[in-house]
This record gives sequence, structure tokens and C-alpha cells, in this order.
Amino acid sequence: MLRFIVSKFLYMLLSLFLLITATFMLMNAVPGSPLQSEKATSEAVQKNLEAYYGLDKPLIVQYGKYMNNLLHGDMGISMKKKFQSVDKMIADSFGPSLRLGISAVITAVVVGCILGIIAAMYHRKLLDNLAMIIAVIGLAIPSIVLGPLLQYTLAFKLRWFEVSGLEGPLDYVLPTIALASGPIAFIARLLRSTMIEVLNADFIKTAKSKGLSGYVIIVRHALRNSMLPVITYLGPLTAGIITGSVVIEKIFAIPGIGKYFVQSVIDRDYPLIMGITIFYAVILMVSRFLADVAYVLVDPRMRASGGKGAK
Amino acid sequence: MKGNFKKPVHFMLVLVIAFSMLLAACSGNNNGGNNAQDPANNGANNGAAEENKTPQEFRFTLASEPPSLDPALMTDAQSSIVAAGLYEGLTRLNTKGEPENALAQEIITEDNQNYTIKLRQDAKWSNGDPVTAKDFEFAWKRALNPETASEYAYMLFYLENGEKYNAGEASADDVGVKATDDYTLEVKLYTPAPYFTSLLSHYTYLPVHQATVEGAADWAAEANTIVSNGPFRLTEWKHADKLVLEKNPDYYNADAINFTKVTISLVEDENTVYQMYETDKIDWIGAQAGSVPSDLIPQLVEQKKAEITAVASTYYYLFNNNKVPFNNVNVRKAFSMSIDRQALIDNVAKANQTPAFGLVPPSIAGPEGKMFREVYPDTGFSTENVEEAKALLAKGLQELGLSEFPEVTLLYNTSEGHKAIAEAAVDMWRTNLGVEVKLANQEWGTFLETRKAGQFDIARSGWGADINHPINFTYDLIYSKSGNNDGKYNNPAVDKLLDDSLVSSSAEESMAKMAEAEKIALSDDMAVLPMYYYTTVTMIKPGFEGVISDYAGHIDWVHGSKK
Amino acid sequence: MANQHHGNASDHLSPELFEKLEREEVLKDEVGRKSLTAWQDIRMRLLSNKLAMVGFWIIILIILASILIPWISPQDHYTTNLQNTNQPPSSTHWFGTDDLGRDLMERTWKGAQISIFVGVVAALIDLIIGIIYGGIMGYFGGRVDEVMNRFSEILYSIPYLLVVILLLVVMEPSLTTIIVAMSITGWINMAWIVRGQVMQLKNQEYALASKSLGASAFRIIFRHLIPNAMGPILVTLTLTVPNAIFTEAFLSFLGLGVQSPTASWGTMIDDGVGAIFSGHTWRLLFPALFLSLTIFAFNVFGDGLRDAFDPKLKK
Repeated sequence: MLRFIVSKFLYMLLSLFLLITATFMLMNAVPGSPLQSEKATSEAVQKNLEAYYGLDKPLIVQYGKYMNNLLHGDMGISMKKKFQSVDKMIADSFGPSLRLGISAVITAVVVGCILGIIAAMYHRKLLDNLAMIIAVIGLAIPSIVLGPLLQYTLAFKLRWFEVSGLEGPLDYVLPTIALASGPIAFIARLLRSTMIEVLNADFIKTAKSKGLSGYVIIVRHALRNSMLPVITYLGPLTAGIITGSVVIEKIFAIPGIGKYFVQSVIDRDYPLIMGITIFYAVILMVSRFLADVAYVLVDPRMRASGGKGAK
Repeated sequence: MKGNFKKPVHFMLVLVIAFSMLLAACSGNNNGGNNAQDPANNGANNGAAEENKTPQEFRFTLASEPPSLDPALMTDAQSSIVAAGLYEGLTRLNTKGEPENALAQEIITEDNQNYTIKLRQDAKWSNGDPVTAKDFEFAWKRALNPETASEYAYMLFYLENGEKYNAGEASADDVGVKATDDYTLEVKLYTPAPYFTSLLSHYTYLPVHQATVEGAADWAAEANTIVSNGPFRLTEWKHADKLVLEKNPDYYNADAINFTKVTISLVEDENTVYQMYETDKIDWIGAQAGSVPSDLIPQLVEQKKAEITAVASTYYYLFNNNKVPFNNVNVRKAFSMSIDRQALIDNVAKANQTPAFGLVPPSIAGPEGKMFREVYPDTGFSTENVEEAKALLAKGLQELGLSEFPEVTLLYNTSEGHKAIAEAAVDMWRTNLGVEVKLANQEWGTFLETRKAGQFDIARSGWGADINHPINFTYDLIYSKSGNNDGKYNNPAVDKLLDDSLVSSSAEESMAKMAEAEKIALSDDMAVLPMYYYTTVTMIKPGFEGVISDYAGHIDWVHGSKK
Repeated sequence: MANQHHGNASDHLSPELFEKLEREEVLKDEVGRKSLTAWQDIRMRLLSNKLAMVGFWIIILIILASILIPWISPQDHYTTNLQNTNQPPSSTHWFGTDDLGRDLMERTWKGAQISIFVGVVAALIDLIIGIIYGGIMGYFGGRVDEVMNRFSEILYSIPYLLVVILLLVVMEPSLTTIIVAMSITGWINMAWIVRGQVMQLKNQEYALASKSLGASAFRIIFRHLIPNAMGPILVTLTLTVPNAIFTEAFLSFLGLGVQSPTASWGTMIDDGVGAIFSGHTWRLLFPALFLSLTIFAFNVFGDGLRDAFDPKLKK
């Protein structure tokens, strides 16, 4: 077990290192530079800027310097937002993204599970189809449509919510729905298929034969044994929602990290691109790592095959 | 999966670990958020206690965060809008775009090249120190210092030896600015500049507090470390979220300031901005806040809810003057003549822009207190005439020895508005001239590089003013060696006129030469295809007064008030 | 297993354990079970899944419409008409016109071609790379698997959006770029699924037999193992298509989509969102409706396919 965790962890570090290197090189290969502006400046001004940010040095020297700083926990200073340190920008903007992400994950799990349970209990009946249709409709309306529509109808027309911001608890409702609608469908289907399988397993039949009520069977036995795939999916789901909320953050004007992400690439703000990439990658990797470990903890048989994936 | 049934303990363990981690992360961030707000709340209380009038709040949005509030490092409209409230320079532009004395009490010059500036003596920094001439000398030399790496250092190249110091070829002592005593500034320019008093209002000429700047390089990155001298103070700066400014009770002219609190939220999506306005979360919409959704403009203007004002910017298409077929003047003319500018404005741009045939916009000041375009109208520069355009195209192709029109591409930077205009223009060329022009969009950074490198046939361009003077649109755009002449237009006669204009004996003569150069470039040579002069659509809640758009279309809110 | 289930249940007496079966269903079970080949069996189960079939027919209809309507319609998708902008649906313009006076019916179905093309091509690329990569990983196992697996994991941990954005910046925004960008990390999931399948199947008797007869690894993988792993592969494929369509729409929303004046559902939605305020709701309605319908259809069909292939779920 320990060996498994250690080796997973080492591979994670290796992945991270390769990713950082690749991003650094790719980023510098992209046309444009953080120092360009529409209005031509004098050559002297350009030179001063390049010298200031060390961009006049060969790429390999810049890379070495960046890696060295990174090892000392310094992600540098944004080239566009003058003198804001990248670590602080990420730390400040991660709060709203995380809170919104958690709110969306909880919603997705609760609603997804309810739909999944209904579908499994009434497998191949009307309610099954109905639950699945609801789930898939949520999935089928893209967040780029759902977000603005919710905003326009519920906030702008009906004034039930604020159109933007993330201050009061009510402000979470609309962006949460927009973010959770896709994952709800995923969880509902995941739970449905596992649960149908579990409901057909011998121990459920035993429970039924003992005369336990349907409700007790579902909650006590079937659900508990069907949740494993959902639980292991939680990590990647959280990571996915947090790193995928760019559009929703834009629409609802939420000061989250997604706002910086696209803009940093457009601005060619090298330190910020690197910082956010590393941060996102770490979230993704750690969530998968935890999912793997959780999986092995729960099901030792998985150790043999390396504890891969949820399927 | 049957095995799982036997391990409820593990299962619960995983569940508990997962959730406790999520919750820990969540609550940790909540605390962080609260702490960050504390100093701001204190500031708010202090401000309110010192203010006797009824509080007046003004709220608006900016589409992106000011990259810097350090005058030497500012480069954009967002920063300048905040800086206008935060700092006070030697002059300030009034509602007509003319400079008025601010910290300067008296500006004395005989030759427009040597200036003596007397400062008022009652101005204070937000930490209580007096604002002196030394602060200006320090600020200007600091912006020019190569180590500061200021992008806008070139705004100070008017100072004698400014450019040399910035290039490392002269020392700070050689630069033409000196504080002879605490309230007197001696300035020497490298060439006469009649518009220097306008320049003094530009943000690169703002003062900074020496001890603060030398104390920490990141002094201007947070609300609580900024030392400023303007009518407002920054009490809260939640990055990526909002800035809050409150009236500075120690400002020397505090009576002229009415707003007690100004909240600037950072909102990118323009549909969201409009909804915020309509649901009463903000009081103003305008150019820097993301525009009013274009489909709504005619309707809102009709209802008198929105207002359109001219802006000193020009929308035009660059022709690549070095490349077939646009190296031929007749082809260029044909393309320009076959565009129906008014139809484009009415149906696509929709903000009642003015069709452009020249480069200098109507809101730029001209000679003798008149507008430049009043004295030198652009109406005779060229016409829109489909038949003539067809004939010119045929003639041009013949001159080039081409039997059919080559494949060309119109390049624009990614944006809904530019896309719609490009689609309409391409369709006009298809219908009127029978030529197919392809479209290509690139995201801003790549676009700039491609355009600078001249890798285009036709490229979208827009140009705004840094200062209220036609030099911005002539010398910068049609001078052969200008770094902004991306179409590589080159006519020695135009160059000579522009060179001469810089050393003209009077402002009138200088402007006349610029006008002449513009006429040759646009009327005879069709160096670029001017489309329209920008306007800005603004909306403001009833009851507000004195919040205006300046000549460049930037919001000027400092002297606003609420009934 | 269904039959078993009912058999056991009949031993006990509590009434809620009984499930009422429709007559047809009973009949189908009896007829279907023994005499059919595996493929016929799957088809049977799929055909009996109403929701999946609804999805299937929606897909067919949308594909047909996207081919036929632009072909027979007198309008085209790029000609602007500035005298005729923002017209609501009418007999000449069934879906109305947009802000440049272009016919939205034409644009919606031209957009359908682009969106579905992106979805299908991206899915096929994922399929090809995934099968080759996953097949090799799964068949050879050991060191080869270890190295290849690590590589795919590293690729998978790159924030996907970053790759796409960087690529779209390096290459010019175009259909090709979008597809390439989506394929860079898109194939990994498919490869893992193929790997898992091949690992399970390679020790089955027919594979071992083929091996002992001297068949090449290539032949075993592609002639024997992959065809037998077709179920999960097909299901993944069906679910990849809507994902790709989705991603294209998302990229278009960020301004990184196909070049104008070509339309895709994504670019049209991007245009249309701003139009709700001025009451031109049809500009959002039609592309959004058909995009959602397509994604819905692919998903329910994919779900049905999964159910049909998965013997554990069969009734």
C-alpha cells in the first residue's frame, strides 16, 4: 500500500515537472509577448522592459531561473498586473472559485443521486425514463446557454436574484445550477447503472427475503454499496468544475481564478500562465491521486491493476 | 462489487476525509475574505465621520482591472480613469478637453520650450506630507529611468535628454526638469511644444511620493500602501473584483468634490453590465465598461436613456501598401469607394458614428479655438461610388498586369463587433466589385504581431488619441518611419510636410501642414481605408450631473454630483 | 440476471417482490434469449429501448436536415442584407434573420454541418488513436504498458483548456485547429478503455489459440481482440461526439471558433446571447435548441447502447 502511494506520488512529481517544462517552452513559442502594445514604443523602452523582466536572456536561462524560483516557492510577479505576485493572485481568486465549485459539487451529488436512485428503483419503467430524461436535458443545455438564460429570466426579469457577484448565499444559486447541470446527469447515470447491478446482487435479495422494507434496503444496503464509483468520481469532478468555470465566472462576474486564466494567455502574462497552469495541474493530479488511493483503500483488488480510473 | 459490502468502515472513512477536506478548504477561504475586508471597513467609517454633507455614492464598472496605479507604469484607459480621482497633476483637462491649472498655480513660458511652473502650496499627500516640485522631478526622472522599465516613458521624451536618459546615454542630471525650490519647477523641452500644458495632464506626468516609492517596489499594488494626492483615496482594492474610492477630506479643493464614495466593479461581460445597470447595481455605462449591447442602442437612444458622444478615435482598415494588389492606388481607391459607410453604421455599428474619409477625428481640437475638422473638413477626400470603383478596380488590375483579382484576406482581431463589420464589408466588396475577400481573425497578441510584421492584405485597425492634438493621427499613422504605420505607406512628400510641421513657427502653420499631409495620404493615395470616427454610448442614472465622457471617450467622474 | 431473478423471487411470498411484466416483454425474453447471436441480441435490446430509439431517429433527422436544407434552400448562409436585419421568423425566413440580415434557417443548418462534422471527426480521431495506443498498451503489458500509460497520464493532467487555448493561439483559428486541439487529449479516455478491454480479452482462449498458431501481435489485436471489445468502444464513441460538439460551442463562445462567415452552433449561440435583451430571441433559440437536441439525442442513444452491450443490465 505504502509503496503504491509513494510510487504514485513520485510519478505525479515527474508529470508536473514535464508539464511545467512543456508549458514554459510552448508558451514562449507562441507569437506575441507580454511586452507588446498596440502603440509602437521606442527601442530603448522595449529594451528596458525586456531587461527588467529578464526576457533578453536565452530561453534556457529564463527557464532555469524560473525553476529555481519555483523550487523556493516563488511563482514570480505578474507582467501585466504590475507588482501583483502570482501566488497572491491565485490565492485571492481561488476562494470564490472553490466556494462556487463546492456548492456545485454538493448540488450535483444530491440531485444526481436522487435521480439515479429513482431511475434504478424503477428500472425500465416510466420513472426511470423520466429521471434519465431530466438528467440528460440538464446535460444537453450547454452552460453557455443556461447561464445567460438563468441570468436573464430569474435575475433580470423576475429579480429573484442578483445578476452578478458572489456576496450573499442567494448569489450562489444561479451559477451553481449552471455549473452543476452537466455533472448531475453524469452522477445520475453512474449511480443508476451501479445500483441496478447492486439491486440484483445476492445480499439485496437476502435482505428482501428478511422482509426489510424497500426504503431500508435502498438506503442502508443498496445505496451504500453503489456510492463507490460516485465517491471516487468526486475528486475529479471537483477539480473539473473548479477548472472549468471560466465561462460561468465571466457571465456572473465572479472574481474567480477562471477570469485570470483565459486573460493571462491572451495577455501573454508568462508568470501568471505558468502559475495557473501549475495550480490547475496540481488540483487535477491530486484529485486523481486521492481517487486512486481511495479506490485502493476500498477495494484491494484494484491494487493489482494499478488502481486505474473509475470504470 | 460484492466485496464492498464487507468494508463499510473504509467507505465511511473515505467519505469523512473527503468532506472534511472540502470543508476545511472552504472555511479557510472564508476567513481570508473577511480579514481582507476589515481595513476597508475601518476606512469607510473614518471617511463617513469626517464628511458632513449627505453621502453621495457613484457606482460603475470597468471591463478589466487597472494593471497598475503607479503613474510611471500606467498604460491604459482603465488605469487613467482611476488615477484621475486618485492623483492630481499640474494640469487637468476640463470638459472641453482644454487644460486647466490644477497643482500648477502659474505656468510661464515665452518660447513654448522653456517653462517655469509655480506650484500651489496647500496640497498634501494622503500621509500628510506636502506635495512639492521635488515630487514631480523625482516622478518624471523615475519614469525615464531605464531601471523603472516604464512603457510610457516615451511620453516624457519631450523633456530635454529624456530619450537619451531612458536609452542609457545620458544621466538623470541631464534631463530637462529641475525643482529650483519646493514650489518651483523648471522644465526644458528638446523642441517647442505648444501643447505641453495638455501633456502635463497626462498620467505619466503625475507626481509620486518619493519615500513611499523607494520604500517598496509594489507600493501601488494594494489599497493600503498607495500614497496619493488626488481628490479621492483608495480605501479598498479587491483584486479582480472591485475598487472603492472615498473622498479625500484633505484635498485642497475638497468643496468642489461631491461624491463621497465611488465603487468601481470589474465586470467583463457586457450583457452582464447592462443587466447590472437595469437592476440598479451601477449608475453608469460607457466605453470602458463594455459597451451597451449594440442591438439595443437605437431603441435606448430613442427612449433618451442612452446618449451618444463623439470620441477621438478612428476605425479604419490598413492596406498592405507593399503587396499586390494593394500596392496599387487604384485598387485601394476601388475598395474604399465601394463601402457604404452609412449603411454599415446604421445597421452594424449602430452607435451613430460619423463616416470617415480622413484620419483625424472631429473631436480633436484645431487651430484658433476651433475643431480641426471644422477648419479642414475631410468630406472632399473621396466619395462612395460603385460604378467608379468598378472602373478603378479594372484599371488597377490592368496596371498590375493581373487578369483576375488575386486571393486576399481581411485580418481582424477577435471580437463580435469587428467580426460583424468585417462580414458586412466583405459582402459589400463581393456585391459591388465582384471580388471574394476571405476573413481571418486572430486573438489580440497574435494579431498585433502579424500586423506589425506586415503579414496581411487588409487589416483592421483603430487609433485613439493620447493627447488632444492632430499629431496623434498624422505623424503616428502616415509618416513612413512611424512604428505605427503598419501598412507601410510611404510618400516622401507627406514625410516632408510632417517634418516641417514639427518645426513650424506657429501652431496654426503646424496644423496646416499636418492637414495638407493628411489630405495627400487619404485623398490622393488612399493610404488606408477610413471607416468611421468612433462614438461612445453612455447611460447614466437620472439625478447624476457632471459625469462626462472626455474627448477620448474616457469617463470623467471626478467632478460629478448626485441630486 | 432477469430470469434468475424471477426464479428466486418465486420462492418467497412477500408481494412487493413481484414485478409486473408487460406481456410483450415476457414474450421478447422468451423468444430472444437462446437462438440469437450476440450482435442480434444487442440489436434486439437496443431496438426495444424506446428512449434510445428516439435519440437515434433525432440524430438521423438532424443529419438529414443539415445536408438537405442548405442544399434545397434558395438562401445562402453568408449573404448579408442590411435592409432586412433582425427579422422575426416568417414564411420567407423560417428561423428569422440575424443582425446582418442573413437567413438563420440556412445558418442554423450550415452550422449543424460544421458542428456535427467537428463532433464526428474528433470522435473518429479519438477512436483511431485510442484503439492503436490502447491496443498496444493492453496487449503487450509490462514495461511497454507502464511507459505508455505514464505518458497518457501526464498528458491527461494538463489543464485541457490551456492546451486548447495555446494551440488556437499558435495555429490560426479554424476547423482543423479546433479538431487538433480537441484530439490532443481527447483520445486518452478511449485508449484506457481499449486497454482495459484488451487486457481482459487477451488471455481468452481464442486469443491464446491464435497466438500459438503464430499470428502476429498486430493481427491478434486488430482481428481478434478489438472486434470483441467493440461494445464499450462504441459506447464511448457515441458519447464522445456530443462532448466534441459541446467543446466547439464552448470555444466559439470564447471567440476561438471557426472563421466567419462560416457559422457553427457555437458561434451562433455566442451571437445570439446578446440578442435576448433586444427581444431577438430567435437568434439564440434555434441554434441552442438544435444543439441541445443533438446532444440529448447522442446521450440517450449512447446510454441505450451501453445498456444493450452490458449484460449485467439486461433484463
